[in-house]
Amino acid sequence: MKSSNPFWNFFASVKLALFTLGCIAVTSIIGTLIPQKEPMQFYVNQYGSKVATYFQLLDFTDMYTSWWFLALLGLLSINLIVCSIDRFPITWKQITQDNLELPLERLEKFRLSASFNTQLSEQEVITTLPNMLAKAGWKIESRNRDGIHLFFGQKMPWSRIGVYLVHLSILIIFTGAVYGQLNGFRGSMMLPELQSSSTVFPFQSSSTINLGFTVKCERFEIEFYDNNMPKEYRSLLTVLEDDQVIVQKEIEVNTPLKYEGITFYQASYQPFNDFIFTIAESTNSPTIFTGEFQKEIKWLENNVSFGIINLESVRDQAVRLKIWFSDPTGEPSEFWIDAGEMIEFQRGDSVYFFSAKQRYATGLQVAKDPGVWIVYVGFLLMISGLYVAFFMSHKRLWLIIKNSGTKTQIEIRGSTNKNQAGFTTRFQDLATALENEL
Amino acid sequence: MDSSTLLGITTFTYLFSTVLYTIFYIFKMDKLGKVATWFTATALLIQTIAIGLRWWESYEMGIGRAPLTNMYESVVFFAWTIVALYLFIEWKFKLRIIGVFTVPFAFLAMAYASLSTDINKSITPLVPALQSNWLIAHVVTCFIGYAAFTVAAGLGIMYLIKNKNASSTSGLINSLPSLKVIDTITHNVMVFGFIWLTIGIITGAVWANSAWGRYWSWDPKETWSFITWAIYAITLHVRFTRGWQGPRIAWLAILGFISVIFTYYGVNFLLSGLHSYGSS
Repeated sequence: MKSSNPFWNFFASVKLALFTLGCIAVTSIIGTLIPQKEPMQFYVNQYGSKVATYFQLLDFTDMYTSWWFLALLGLLSINLIVCSIDRFPITWKQITQDNLELPLERLEKFRLSASFNTQLSEQEVITTLPNMLAKAGWKIESRNRDGIHLFFGQKMPWSRIGVYLVHLSILIIFTGAVYGQLNGFRGSMMLPELQSSSTVFPFQSSSTINLGFTVKCERFEIEFYDNNMPKEYRSLLTVLEDDQVIVQKEIEVNTPLKYEGITFYQASYQPFNDFIFTIAESTNSPTIFTGEFQKEIKWLENNVSFGIINLESVRDQAVRLKIWFSDPTGEPSEFWIDAGEMIEFQRGDSVYFFSAKQRYATGLQVAKDPGVWIVYVGFLLMISGLYVAFFMSHKRLWLIIKNSGTKTQIEIRGSTNKNQAGFTTRFQDLATALENEL
Repeated sequence: MDSSTLLGITTFTYLFSTVLYTIFYIFKMDKLGKVATWFTATALLIQTIAIGLRWWESYEMGIGRAPLTNMYESVVFFAWTIVALYLFIEWKFKLRIIGVFTVPFAFLAMAYASLSTDINKSITPLVPALQSNWLIAHVVTCFIGYAAFTVAAGLGIMYLIKNKNASSTSGLINSLPSLKVIDTITHNVMVFGFIWLTIGIITGAVWANSAWGRYWSWDPKETWSFITWAIYAITLHVRFTRGWQGPRIAWLAILGFISVIFTYYGVNFLLSGLHSYGSS
């Protein structure tokens, strides 16, 4: 579609696309050299107030969401759309055109050609050729015109859309990103164990978001390797609606909880100074207490008192606790337990189940991104589009059968839009095979 | 025999491969060429065993993870992929001379992995963020791409040498493949690398989304992988739409490779250095 509109031609040009992509690539280096999204004071300290002011003026401190960077991405998108609209009709014609109607002069121009004569009559050639070509994988149509008999076969004409699929996939990914940005949010929650909340603090604003349901952290734990490297961070989360438990899931890094389009990721943690105690008498259901180090806790209904009188920690983790425990049956007892371990002991006629652990808050990253599936569709389309664009080619083959007195002349023409070298070999092999057999 | 010993041996075998290919090239000893190929294939086998052994050792240590998770292991795998890809190209195009320009990269990678004091060679367990099935998919796909770009850069250098001495009658220049052939192979290898890099970036994005809820956050690694991707995207477009060939493509192959190395290595050691300096 040749247009005389200079505006259209500008946006349809490959030069502009290359220029824009180049600009995006080169400018994006800035954000890898200058730390992003730091407070202004940071840049003043680091680069001096004058440079810092320029950085802020040019949005170098948060460049990937700056107006000029987004404008470049927008320009690339418009370019891709206009370019595709501009070229697709030509491609569509190449896919759907009637190749048996091409003028003979055009056929002459195809790079690959071979010709030979045979003693067989024209009619014999016309009846045997289709089968021979079918064996080589070519489905053949034929037509009588201009005093000749023309055969035509092609492979994978639709592979020409590969490049459009790749360009479309980029637009789909951008669409998904914008849709997710407009309809989703990203934020965090710090949930102390045994507490619940329905409020998320978004990263990009000072307001808060109400989830419409409640998330409770039942438990948080860290597991370590023998060399003290963290092995896993784990939180047991419960989703509650109107105080009803809806879902319960143990999340880890890489295995988040999803509920109503909102995903909760294990992101961080924070140790607290108080402790959580779980205590039960014989088979009764357990009661949970919280309390600080070296403070006496009273379980009034059973007339029990207990507390932590000493502890051993590894870094900020309390790993062993010395418990002081008293009930009406006798002298108080003191004993060491591992943090989090449930122990069973007997005092007088009573059997107790008891555990104690340091209290943590789990840091959750909360994200709602309804655009992510659009982005993933774009990803799949991009990979398949690249495969089609690079590894599949539209191959065409014409055979012109002419009667020249006692002999029949066979002229072969071939063309491919990709992988010239590979097709040249196959074309020559086919021509040789036909010549030998006829 | 443990994996470190075997990997140490691999370093020297790749050095020896490089020497064999070079002697074969300079003295045109065709028989030596075959020896070079077989020797390199054996070296690759030894390295494969070493990587497998390291995997097994990690299970013995109770850690149990793929040997693809730190700088040392990735450099080793990088060398492995370069040689595997090179041998495939040699077999496909029957051009042994390419070995002179690609196997040295594998040797340099292995030498860096074995001799550098900056990188930790021990088998350490995985921090929680790395414990994902996406890890293997992401690392393997990226490194197939990186290896292809390395081979493309080697071919680019070969092209420029031949092109600069185009009128030379020296045997050394004449025995290089024709400019057209080098150009075509460079292009094919770049296309191959581009597809794998694309898949590598995509698997990384999907992984990031499953771990942190963000498929793209413009961190320096992501940004540089995008820059690399853009360089090759531009290279493919100027070839298809503007008919660029030959020396320009060869230079772009080298530019792309520099970007690959910066994405892979520079971001970890230079930018993070800048950042940690910046935040202190």
